[in-house]
Amino acid sequence: MLIFEHSRTGRKGAPQSPKQKASVADIPASFLRKERAALPEVSEMQAVRHFTRLSQKNFSIDTHFYPLGSCTMKYNPRACNKLAMLPGFLSRHPMAPEAQSQGFLACMYELQSMLSNVTGMAAFSLAPMAGAQGEFAGVAMIEAYHRSRGDDARKEILLPNSAHGTNPATATMCGFSVREIPSLENGDVDIEALKKAVGPQTAGFMLTNPSTLGVFERQIETIAKIVHGAGGLLYYDGANLNAILGKIRPGDMGFDVIHSNLHKTFSTPHGGGGPGAGAVGVAERLKPFLPLPVVTKEGENYRWMTEKDLPDTIGSLSAFMGNAGVLLRAYVYMRMLGREGMVRVAEFATLNANYMMAEAKRRGFELAIPDRRASHEFIITLKNEARDLHVSAMDFAKRLLDLGYHAPTTYFPLLVPECLLIEPTETEAKEALDGFMAALEQIREEAKINADLVKGAPYTLPVKRLDDVRAARQLDLAWKASPAE
Amino acid sequence: MPFIPHTEQEIAEMLQAIGVDNINALFEEIPSHLLAGELAGIPEGMTEMEISRLMHARASQHPQSICFLGAGAYEHHIPSAVWEITTRGEYYSAYTPYQAEASQGTLQLTYEYQSMMTAMTGMDVSNASLYDGASALAEAVLMAVRGNRKSKSRKILVPTTVHPAYRKTTHTIVRGQHIELCEVAYDATSGVVSLDAIKQRAEAEGGDVTAVVIQQPNFFGNLESVDEITDWAHEHDILVIAVVNPLTLAILQSPGEWGATGADIACGDGQPLGAPLSAGGPYYGFICCKQELVRQMPGRIVGRTVDLDGKTGFVLTLQAREQHIRRSKATSNICTNQGLVVTASTIHMSILGARGLENAASACHANTVSLVAQLSAVKGVDCAFNSPYFHEAVLKLSKPASEVLAALADRNILGGYDLSMSYPELGSAILVCATEMRTEEEIGAYAKALAEVIA
Amino acid sequence: MSEIPSELMYTKSHEWVRLESDGTATIGITDHAQELLGDLVFVELPEVGSDLAAGDACCVVESVKAASDVYMPITGEIIEVNDMLVDEPETINDSAFDDGWLFRVQPSSEVEFDDLLDADTYEAEIAD
Repeated sequence: MLIFEHSRTGRKGAPQSPKQKASVADIPASFLRKERAALPEVSEMQAVRHFTRLSQKNFSIDTHFYPLGSCTMKYNPRACNKLAMLPGFLSRHPMAPEAQSQGFLACMYELQSMLSNVTGMAAFSLAPMAGAQGEFAGVAMIEAYHRSRGDDARKEILLPNSAHGTNPATATMCGFSVREIPSLENGDVDIEALKKAVGPQTAGFMLTNPSTLGVFERQIETIAKIVHGAGGLLYYDGANLNAILGKIRPGDMGFDVIHSNLHKTFSTPHGGGGPGAGAVGVAERLKPFLPLPVVTKEGENYRWMTEKDLPDTIGSLSAFMGNAGVLLRAYVYMRMLGREGMVRVAEFATLNANYMMAEAKRRGFELAIPDRRASHEFIITLKNEARDLHVSAMDFAKRLLDLGYHAPTTYFPLLVPECLLIEPTETEAKEALDGFMAALEQIREEAKINADLVKGAPYTLPVKRLDDVRAARQLDLAWKASPAE
Repeated sequence: MPFIPHTEQEIAEMLQAIGVDNINALFEEIPSHLLAGELAGIPEGMTEMEISRLMHARASQHPQSICFLGAGAYEHHIPSAVWEITTRGEYYSAYTPYQAEASQGTLQLTYEYQSMMTAMTGMDVSNASLYDGASALAEAVLMAVRGNRKSKSRKILVPTTVHPAYRKTTHTIVRGQHIELCEVAYDATSGVVSLDAIKQRAEAEGGDVTAVVIQQPNFFGNLESVDEITDWAHEHDILVIAVVNPLTLAILQSPGEWGATGADIACGDGQPLGAPLSAGGPYYGFICCKQELVRQMPGRIVGRTVDLDGKTGFVLTLQAREQHIRRSKATSNICTNQGLVVTASTIHMSILGARGLENAASACHANTVSLVAQLSAVKGVDCAFNSPYFHEAVLKLSKPASEVLAALADRNILGGYDLSMSYPELGSAILVCATEMRTEEEIGAYAKALAEVIA
Repeated sequence: MSEIPSELMYTKSHEWVRLESDGTATIGITDHAQELLGDLVFVELPEVGSDLAAGDACCVVESVKAASDVYMPITGEIIEVNDMLVDEPETINDSAFDDGWLFRVQPSSEVEFDDLLDADTYEAEIAD
């Protein structure tokens, strides 16, 4: 039932309105709304009950194992939320004077410096509000760098064909064309193809390492040499930073610019789709182009840097300071982890993934890249099950929901047929991993006996499988008071 | 102090299953000379008790001032229930609803949000959110360029009465695609942009213009002549992008009602609908449009459909526009949005309803009228413009604004936004705002303090 | 394997071309292409009157899981589009070679049809 269907004309929530009725009679009528907006008219309790009950229709980390590859669904410590929502932070106006904002600015400054240190970059800006905006900032800095040198012919961004969709979309937004570099069977970039592709038109190469195929790119130093040799810059997509946190630093691998998804590696909540934060870090030569604002420290005082400090900045990406509250949560998380804890994150994320991979193999599932170490995630291909049992990766995914597990990422990366990309993260206990692998095995057994059982899943959720073809053909995107037919 | 559950026993069992002796062996593919040394720049880990002490100390460094500062972020009352429910783990710690059957909570809520936003803006379609108001304007501009097939110029008219930070952000985001933002100056007496000024700029650009942006109320709080600008634009095949404060739409004409046929795209920042100031974010950007532009929409959209049994359910739809399918030809690179803040906002709108929002918006207006009357009665303070305004207004000061605001801040009053950086032509001027949260006593205290400071 | 009409010409990117008696050409996507895409939910047709070169992306067909550009098989002017597809994109799934045609082209004078594939060659192409 929709909240609108609980509505009754004239029902209102008096406790939430100012006592005095105020007049707007001085505003000329031509500026005023003709008809009141059709929002629901419900009591506070009805709203609370409705949205509480809706919440119970969600899977979440707090309720389920959620091994969604490339998304790093780890435990979101409650302390991060509580401390970021202290009144002193929550009531701070974004343009309050710096002198009255030193506590917040100190957190931001230290966050910048911790991120720089753990990634091996020279400086960080916290401005981008999500990974994709971090990518935008990074690629815009690459563009600005070449332009500042009068190197105007660099119009092409290279990507491995396993790249996340945001990479090519971002390159296009920044005015670049895109060329894909093939990957080898073992998951590494095809070096020979890369050598042929680079040239005076190359602006940069965007790489995720470990890659979206769940393996560490062993030729990274060679790649850096080739790209730099051609005059291009190397971009690190931090989607998989959790795999190597504190173990190896993108700066040491030769990357010139990186974005870090704080909502993945640094455990800020995904919130059913956001908000995220996509802080960007740069090597020394890209520092002048960082997006604003950036926090700096003078003596004992913190202040915002402006265009006066960074005249070559690519500019600002939001009206104020990006997703400040998300940044505070990441700050709390990083301080809790500390130096030792960061390294342990990578170690246990990797241990969990490799353990699951070993278990998958033992239970007879085919691995997409069988002869490599997994990073923090790995891929099972269900192409044999699809061929022999006529159940797809999507069917497995839906059946997993019935068994109490959120499905892994399906059909990504696009290169691997019928794939499940599985990322357990370091916060899951062994029994959750074992339970999940047993569930996968159970589904395969079910499919052998009765494929339709698996193909019809899920059965235990609020709805059965949904008709997304109908959703796209007969668009119904908003409830209307009187349905227009 | 990482959150890791493994016992020594389990670690040993897992290593054995993998077939290695220790965890470091799992990193053997990384060239050993690249392995990081100690992270000298990162402090020791902290317990929750320790970090809690530190954060309380940091938060308490911020004095609790009385806020007369708006300029795009506003202090409004938020019912306690809003964030109590929003931070339930089922909303807080869920991912993007790609597995629809396991995400009906988030999906239905988003559908309800889209319905509420289309009702507020008078438009046909809303997406599931963008990052913030400024970046939403950038996306609206990109959308207009894709959607207006009759125009080839990629020129967008942008009055300087549009929020300066929105204009800057839009420039950053669209410049790579050779889109030109053409500024239109405002009228010095009224503080709004005149249709004549818009026409002149359009002619100076050769007549072919892709879209015009209008902010209502504008950055100064003044009310623009949206009807005549919209009608003129449509006569010339120019799309109209409305930048609006959604709370004011409880009272003000919705973008769908602008002119004869309404604006084409409406965008803005959802902060006034349930997001705390929170040092600048997270807020959320909203974007709504007419039906014919739906396929140019960036970001996620939820649609209502049925399941195998014919039961109503909700899914992400029109995904072929998005980066994970369309890659370099996607409408935008956006992926993560501001879902959790949208959750809060949807609950906020439900609890207040249209009447509650109307009451809050009216109180904002009345308080600001009172504020302007009391402040402009102070010697050395004058109203800058003579137009109708909503809940913000510009005051000219006889002393430098930065000095006045600093002196007020020392008295724990955030007196407004200093306009001298973005609008040097105004001389010493500030933008003030009094939301429904301000009391008559606080407004009186501000007037008294200002009189002392400026004397 | 779906039937591949022998009277049509084809491209490697799965468009088909039918030369009409009046010298115009009708263009669509093949049955194989619609099978790969799955249930179509939207078609973005080119504008009538636009002049396009062979190889230009001119049209988009969308399913729930994929979106694919359609490329001009030959150089020419768009003279008609199949408006019915706007409301009923599934026509392409049902009748790719017939009712599901996309648009008609007036080929430019120097157009060469030699670059197009015949049915046998196309069949061999998609058999890989």
